[in-house]
Amino acid sequence: MILLPVLASLPALAGIIRVSPSGPIRSIKQAIEKAKPFDTIIVEKGIYKEGTIIVNKPVYLKGINYPVIDGENKYEIITINSDQVTLDGFAVQHSGSSSYNDIAAIRINNARKVTIRNNQLDDTFFGIYSQHAGSCLITGNTIRSYPKTELGSANGIHCWKSDSMQITNNKISGHRDGIYFEFVTASSIRNNYSHDNLRYGLHFMFSNKDIYDNNTFERNGAGVAVMFSKEVTMLNNKFLSNWGASSYGILLKEISDSHIEHNDFSRNTTGIYLEGTTRIMVTKNHFNGNGYALRIQASCNDNTILQNNFTGNTFDVATNGSLVLNKFSRNYWDKYEGYDLNRDGVGDIPFRPVSMYSMVVERNPTAMMLFRSFLVNLFDKTEKMLPGLTPEGLRDDQPMMRSLKF
Amino acid sequence: MIIATNVTKKFGKLAALDNVSVNCNKGQCISLTGPNGSGKTTLIKCLLGMVVPDSGFITFNQQNILHHWKYRSQIGYMPQTGKYPDNMTIAQVLDMMKDIRRNDKTELDEELIDTFDLQNIQSKKMRTLSGGTRQKVSAALAFLFNPEVLILDEPTAGLDPLSTELLKDKIRKEKQKGKLILITSHILSDLDDLVTEVIYMQEGRLRFHKSIGELKEDTGQTQLSRAIAQVMKSN
Amino acid sequence: MYMKKVIKYVILDILKNRIMIAYTVFLLAISLSVFNLEDNNAKGLLSLLNLVLILVPLVSIVFATIYVYNATEFIELLVSQPLKRVNIWLSIFTGLAVSCSLAFLVGCGLPVLLYAPEGSGLMLILMGLLITIIFIAIAMLASLLTRDKAKGTGLALLLWFYFTLIFDGLILFLLFQFMDYPMETPMIIFSSLNPIDLARILILLKMDISALMGATSAVFKDFFGTGWGMSISLLILLSWIFVPLWWSVVKFRKKDL
Repeated sequence: MILLPVLASLPALAGIIRVSPSGPIRSIKQAIEKAKPFDTIIVEKGIYKEGTIIVNKPVYLKGINYPVIDGENKYEIITINSDQVTLDGFAVQHSGSSSYNDIAAIRINNARKVTIRNNQLDDTFFGIYSQHAGSCLITGNTIRSYPKTELGSANGIHCWKSDSMQITNNKISGHRDGIYFEFVTASSIRNNYSHDNLRYGLHFMFSNKDIYDNNTFERNGAGVAVMFSKEVTMLNNKFLSNWGASSYGILLKEISDSHIEHNDFSRNTTGIYLEGTTRIMVTKNHFNGNGYALRIQASCNDNTILQNNFTGNTFDVATNGSLVLNKFSRNYWDKYEGYDLNRDGVGDIPFRPVSMYSMVVERNPTAMMLFRSFLVNLFDKTEKMLPGLTPEGLRDDQPMMRSLKF
Repeated sequence: MIIATNVTKKFGKLAALDNVSVNCNKGQCISLTGPNGSGKTTLIKCLLGMVVPDSGFITFNQQNILHHWKYRSQIGYMPQTGKYPDNMTIAQVLDMMKDIRRNDKTELDEELIDTFDLQNIQSKKMRTLSGGTRQKVSAALAFLFNPEVLILDEPTAGLDPLSTELLKDKIRKEKQKGKLILITSHILSDLDDLVTEVIYMQEGRLRFHKSIGELKEDTGQTQLSRAIAQVMKSN
Repeated sequence: MYMKKVIKYVILDILKNRIMIAYTVFLLAISLSVFNLEDNNAKGLLSLLNLVLILVPLVSIVFATIYVYNATEFIELLVSQPLKRVNIWLSIFTGLAVSCSLAFLVGCGLPVLLYAPEGSGLMLILMGLLITIIFIAIAMLASLLTRDKAKGTGLALLLWFYFTLIFDGLILFLLFQFMDYPMETPMIIFSSLNPIDLARILILLKMDISALMGATSAVFKDFFGTGWGMSISLLILLSWIFVPLWWSVVKFRKKDL
C-alpha cells in the first residue's frame, strides 16, 4: 500500500517485476533480463549475491526495506550502462577492491539522467563511480567504509569527466576522498556530510563552474582540496576539526575567479591555504579556533578578504613573502586592540593580522618550538608597536570593532 | 668525654681554628675564653657538628661525631644569639623542640621555664621578644632535655642581673650532678665561682688548658678575670 | 619520625606566611577571572599558561630562596639538635615543596579542575606542580652558593630570568645561525635543558597546538606526542628536581653554620 503513490507516478505502460528470495524471480539479474525499458523492478528484502549486476536498459530498481546486494569482497556490484536508470533503496555492501582496477559498488558508465537514491553503501572500495556521465542525481545515500591505509582505500563518490551532476544529501565516511571531482563541470554538491575520510573530504580538480554549498566537512585527514579550477562557488559550508600535520579547511591551489562566502571554518590546522590563486573573493566567513585562519603564499594575487570574522585563531594570517597583492578590508579581528573615536564601528588605526612570530616560523619552522614562550610573546608585542619584519602592505585599514553578523 | 684532635678550620685565608686539641671530661665546668675572634664559637660549633673541620677529628664518647649524629641528643646547646622562626610563639617553639627531640627515655627538665616565668608569656610570637627573653628561651631549651653535656655560648649576654643569677644557680646545680659544662663568656666575673677549668684561645690557637687552681697559681691573681687579663697582656 | 615533624613545622610556618597567602589569593583571583572573562576555556587555559610559565617559577624560586635564608637560624637550631643534616635539608625542601604546591593547587589547580577538567587542564596542573618543585630545588641550591641573602636573592632572580627568557633567546639565535642544518633533533635535546620549555611544549601538545607543531616539524610531534617521548620528558623534569636537590644536599652536608 505504501508503494501506491510511487507506482502511480510511473508511466502507465510500465510493467512491474518482483524479485524476492521466495521466488518466482529470485535474482535481480534475471529481472533485468526480463524487463522492458521503463519497467519497475521491485526487490523484496533479502540477500542477493549475484556477482556484478549490469543494468543496460532504463529501469527503475526499487528496494523494499533495503534488500542487501553483496559483492562478497570480490566483485564490482552494480554497473549502470544505460540512461535514465534509477536505483533506489538498496543496501549495497562488500565490494571487491583492487590496487589496479577501479572497482566500485555502483558505477555509472557513459550514461545520463541516472538517479542513485537512498542507498546504503557499506564496506565499499569506490562507493559511487561516475565516468562520462551527465545530469545524474546522487542523493540521500549513506556511503561508509572502514579506514585502512590511504593506498588500500578509494573514493566515496567519484566523478570523472562528467557534467551537470547533482550530489546532494549524502553522508560519506571512511574513504580516501569523500567526494572526488575530476573534469566535472556545471555540477553542484549540496547538503552532504563528508567526515572522517582518510585524505580529503572533497577533492576537486580541473572542474570548472561548479558550486558546492551547505556541506559539512569534518575531521578529514587533510580537509578539502580545490585545485586547478575556475569559477567555483563555495557557499554556506562548514569546515570543522580538520586537525593534522598538513590539514586544511580548504586547500586552494591554482584557482581563479571563485567565491568563498558564508562558510564556517572552525578548529582546522589551517582554515584556508591559498597557493597561486587569482581573483578569489573571500567574504562573510567565520574563522574560529584555527591554527592559521589564512595562509597566503606569495604566489597569490588580486584576492579580496572582505568582511570576515577572525576569532580565537592562533595565527590569523601567515604569509611567506613581503609583497602583498591581496586586499584585506572590513574584517573583524579579535586580536585588534585599536580604538574607534568617531564611533562608526570601524577602527581608526589599521590592523596587521600577520604576527611577527608567524613570519619567523614561516622562515624557520623549527622555531615553532618556542611558540608561546615569554620571549616570543615579547617579540610579538614589540612588533605590534614597531613593525619591522611583517609585510608593510598586509593590513586591514578598516578593521571592524565588533564581530559581524551575517 | 669530648676529645678534639688537631682540629683545623679555615674560612678563606683566615684560620679560625689552627690545630686545636682539647679534652673535656665529665664533671668539669670549662670556661672557653679568649679575645674576640679567637675561634671560641667556631670550636663550639665544631663540637656540635655545625661547622665541619677541614682536618682533624672530634670524638664524643669515643665515637667520631662525623658519622654519629645521634650524640647530639646528649648535648644541650645555648647559642650566642638564639633566633627562632618568627611566626611561632614561645609555647610552639618549646613544643616543637620537645616534639622533635623527645623520646620515651628522656625526662624533661622544665625548671628554667618556671624560673624565667616563660609560661606567662608563652603565647608571644618570637619576633616580638627582646634579646634577653630570647636568651631565656634558649637557656630553657638547652636544659630542657636534661642532657649530659651543656654547651653555653655567652649565656649571660643580654640577661638582666637577676636572670643571670638564676641561670648561674641552674648551671651550678647541673654541675653538681656531674655534667660536663662548657661556657664561653666575655664577662668573666660572672663565672668566677663556677668554673673548674679554663681553656684560653687566641687567633684560632689553643693557648692553654688549665685548671682554675693552676691558673691562679701561675698568675698570682685570685680573681679569674684578672688572671685572664694578665695572660692577655703578657701575650 | 622527626623528619615528619620538621616537615610539619615548615609547612605550618609557610602556610601562615603572608606572601604565600597573597600568592594563593592572587593565583585564585587571576584563574577565576580568566575563566569568567574568556568566552571559552581553551582561551582561559592559554592565559593561565603564561602564569604557569612565568609567575609560578618566579614566585617559587624567589620565595624558596628567601625562605631558606630567613630560616638560617631555624636550620642552625635544628642542626645543633640530634638530627641528621641531610634529613633536615630534605625536610625543609619537602615542606617548601608541599606548601608551595598546595598554594598552586588551591590558586590554580582548583579553578582549572572546575572550569576545564580536560586533558590540557590536567597537564597544566601537573606541569605547574613540577615547575613549582623544580624551582624550589633550584632555589635550595642557589641559596647554598652564597651566604649573603641579597646576593642569593639576586642569583635566584637571575636564574629565573635565564630560564624564562635568556635561554630561549640563545635557542632562537642558534636556530637562525644553523638554519641550513636539520635542527629538530638538537632542539629536542635543547628543550630538555630548560624545564620551562619542556613543560610548555608538553602543555601545548595537549592544547591541540600539536597539529601546528606537526605542521611545521613532524619530529616534535613524533617525539613528544608518543607515550614514550612523554615518559622521557617527565623523567627529565623529575631529574630537574633531583639533580639540583642532590647537589644542594652534597653542599649542605659540608656547610658551616
